[in-house]
Amino acid sequence: MHPYQYIPATNITEAVSLLARYGPRARVMAGGTDLLVQLRGERYELDAVVDAKAIPELMALTLAKDGALSIGAAVPCYQVYEDEAIVAAFPGIIDAASLIGGIQVQSRASLGGNLCNATPSADGICPLIVHSGVVTLTGVGGTRTMLVEEFTTGPGRNALAHGEMLVKIDLPKPAAHFGAAYQRFIPRNEMDIAVAGVASAVTLDASGQKIESARIALASVGPTPIFAKKASDFLAGQPATEETYAKAGEVASTEATPISDMRGTIEQRHHLVGVLTRRTLAQAVQRARGNS
Amino acid sequence: MTQTPEQSVRKVSVQCTLNGQPTEFLAAPYLSLLEVLRETLGLTGTKEGCNDGNCGACTVNVDGRIVDSCLMLGAEAEGKTIETIEGVAPAGGLHPLQQAFLEEAALQCGICTPGFLVSAKALLEREPDADEPRIRLWLAGNLCRCTGYDKIIRAVEKARDEMK
Repeated sequence: MHPYQYIPATNITEAVSLLARYGPRARVMAGGTDLLVQLRGERYELDAVVDAKAIPELMALTLAKDGALSIGAAVPCYQVYEDEAIVAAFPGIIDAASLIGGIQVQSRASLGGNLCNATPSADGICPLIVHSGVVTLTGVGGTRTMLVEEFTTGPGRNALAHGEMLVKIDLPKPAAHFGAAYQRFIPRNEMDIAVAGVASAVTLDASGQKIESARIALASVGPTPIFAKKASDFLAGQPATEETYAKAGEVASTEATPISDMRGTIEQRHHLVGVLTRRTLAQAVQRARGNS
Repeated sequence: MTQTPEQSVRKVSVQCTLNGQPTEFLAAPYLSLLEVLRETLGLTGTKEGCNDGNCGACTVNVDGRIVDSCLMLGAEAEGKTIETIEGVAPAGGLHPLQQAFLEEAALQCGICTPGFLVSAKALLEREPDADEPRIRLWLAGNLCRCTGYDKIIRAVEKARDEMK
């Protein structure tokens, strides 16, 4: 393994100037649960690893009084799922934060790192997409924002420019009658990579019987997590029934572009998208009805 | 876990609390905490299994949270309080978990055992009433190829009851 420096940065300015100086020879480390494995496996070489865990903005986890949630890019998963107020307000995010790896990995792994690592099978990304999450990226030239679904650009690839880092992910306050859920299929009970995963979010009307709007996102069935726009658009105005969920699953399945690999076939993955869309919609609706 | 011959980066000096003792070490910055524990500090109780965060054999406790020591740099230990398997037993005896593992024959080859003990101890300290499903979920990050897990779960339940 190529030897590298370990540099704990204490503020964003210091971190981005290091990234600008080292270029592609440096990367930001949050939990390191992907980065250190990739370095050891010699997937790439670095001269410097910039530790972000001493940067206050990247470790900030804030549920604002108005109900919006801000997740610093290096906040470990356990801090998210051990916060009772966040568990109550954002169960769709908790679904993912509590199933990434085992307890040891959750002690360090972050949703921001999951997003930057940008694997198509990432459990953390689809729930952020259906919550209409917005990422904040800061570089030496300034700060910009974009939707989570625009951030991943290919397997292991993201929209970060040279010298830029992910600072935080902001989720807007959930609307009244909003609910979200994430489920994945794996052949065992824990500690595995999704064959397919689906996150669904719905906003119901005041009666709780009609879907006003919905967002669906698909994991592990394309080169990036996929925002399923057609299925999401289809759901607007539909009754919140099993029949609707099944139809949405059929539409979502057409938006998946899976490959066959060691974990599953194209056919199985298309099928799983249908099943998981139906199940997560039912769960999201149930949660939305509890959110009056 | 051999180091590359090219030592172009300087070693870092780290101060931490290790098994209750103030500890200082000098290590190459790219070494994992697991490598530092075993090779720099000679604490070989912590085992290397997969070396990529799947098996939990290298589990240690850092500031009250269990982590895979293969997925953390030794340099990150600065200022941290770390407990390894060597810190689990009280002086002159065994921890109730260790005693229960012996009585329930919850180990065969033993490679996974230090990781299971460190993980289970953290669970019982946080959740003294953890039930069987909770114990199984908590220990999902620790793999054992010998026992089939049931004996390990029974041992943790036994220790839980004895620690009350």
